[in-house]
Amino acid sequence: MPHEDALESALARDLDGSFERLVREYEDRLYSFALRLSGNRADAEEIAQDAFVRAYRAMKTYPPERVRSLSLKAWLYRITLNVARNRMRGRRHEHVSLDERDADGRARYDPEDDAASRPDSILEEGRRRASIASLVAGLPPRYRSALILRYMEGLRLEEVARVLEQPLGTVKSNVHRAVNALREALLASRRVHSRSEVIS
Amino acid sequence: MKSSNRGGADALEVVRELRAAPSHRAPSTLLPAILRRVGLADLYWKLDSPVGPVYVAASRAGISMVTRAKSAEEFERRFESLRGRPVSPSASRPPAAVRSLMRNLKSRDREKLQFDLRGLSEFERAVLLKALEIPCGEVRPYSWIAREIGHPEAVRAVGTALGKNPVPLLIPCHRVVRADGSIGKYSMGGSRIKRALLEVEDVEPGIIERLGASGIRYLGNEKKRYYCYPTCGGTRSLVLANKVPFHDEKEALAAGYHPCKSCRPAA
Repeated sequence: MPHEDALESALARDLDGSFERLVREYEDRLYSFALRLSGNRADAEEIAQDAFVRAYRAMKTYPPERVRSLSLKAWLYRITLNVARNRMRGRRHEHVSLDERDADGRARYDPEDDAASRPDSILEEGRRRASIASLVAGLPPRYRSALILRYMEGLRLEEVARVLEQPLGTVKSNVHRAVNALREALLASRRVHSRSEVIS
Repeated sequence: MKSSNRGGADALEVVRELRAAPSHRAPSTLLPAILRRVGLADLYWKLDSPVGPVYVAASRAGISMVTRAKSAEEFERRFESLRGRPVSPSASRPPAAVRSLMRNLKSRDREKLQFDLRGLSEFERAVLLKALEIPCGEVRPYSWIAREIGHPEAVRAVGTALGKNPVPLLIPCHRVVRADGSIGKYSMGGSRIKRALLEVEDVEPGIIERLGASGIRYLGNEKKRYYCYPTCGGTRSLVLANKVPFHDEKEALAAGYHPCKSCRPAA
């Protein structure tokens, strides 16, 4: 993308002068990504913040030619993923389970977060999508990252491979398995859902 | 890809659902927090100054803005629109040098200040840094700055650059006057305020104006045979009888005077 090239050379030339442009260009993407990985807004904001700060400090130490030749998008996603992993590692749970509560007793993953601002007519649609997101949050980490990057962030398989620092073949098979695992999870949740409807 | 269609969930549907999942906008607090952590954000204080209350902003690189505003909100809006980056009120005290200068423009603490002049052109930066060299109690003409920074023909552009000084009072653009001795414009409230600031710094604007009006541009030190701008320390302390007036450079040189090394009245 020629636009990205321009930003990379601007950063190489004048990091302090162009860093803000980098943040503006990528903040929505990285925040979204962090939210999908962590499942809650407070963590997502901190992860995105840490990721940009790390990126800045790294570029500060790089010679200009290295900054110019960065694959910025994949590099930023990789930093964000590492920050998120490190945070999660420090916690008891490797991922956010659906019924995990925070200190205030609120669910850490709140499907209403996505749906709350929608009018009633599409609220149901919002709930359904949120439930996909919460099922994704329940996948094993190696599947989850590949799936989020490929389909929710819309990266090409080659870019996913670069972010995850994995061979393309591994990424392909993880994405494939992740879709299957998610399909199973979706079926299971629908079975539970319809059973409860029959009972009530 | 083989897919089971029991219950209506196949792989394609899963992918479709994933792609349709809503994306999220970063909260508006994210950018300022990041800029603050890497030292690229600006903080501001409201301070009393010789021209009344002013807002002073600084990043880690240095002072980035001094301006008057009706309210903090107005200041924040103006800062953001001029600089394109956020500014927020500081919880700590302003740098000591800023405090002392706002109390007393004659403070020597000016030398300790650093400025964040990002976003200005190289020419504008050169003009402002040159103005910073003018000692307290002295004035220089616009043409002096133009010559000193290597653009002797750009006198008008020097005026424009000084008019855009983002850090007035601290970079003393009020010490630059017209070659004919008249005080000239001032962005922080017009020539009346500029004159008052010069008086605070012990410049007597009336004398400069009178000398200028009678065509006198330089004063010579009769004993040491050099000539200066009228406010230069090299002649200011002399008694009147020992000051020799000159209308221009040629006249001074013809009389056997050489330019003062401190105020550099000629190239």
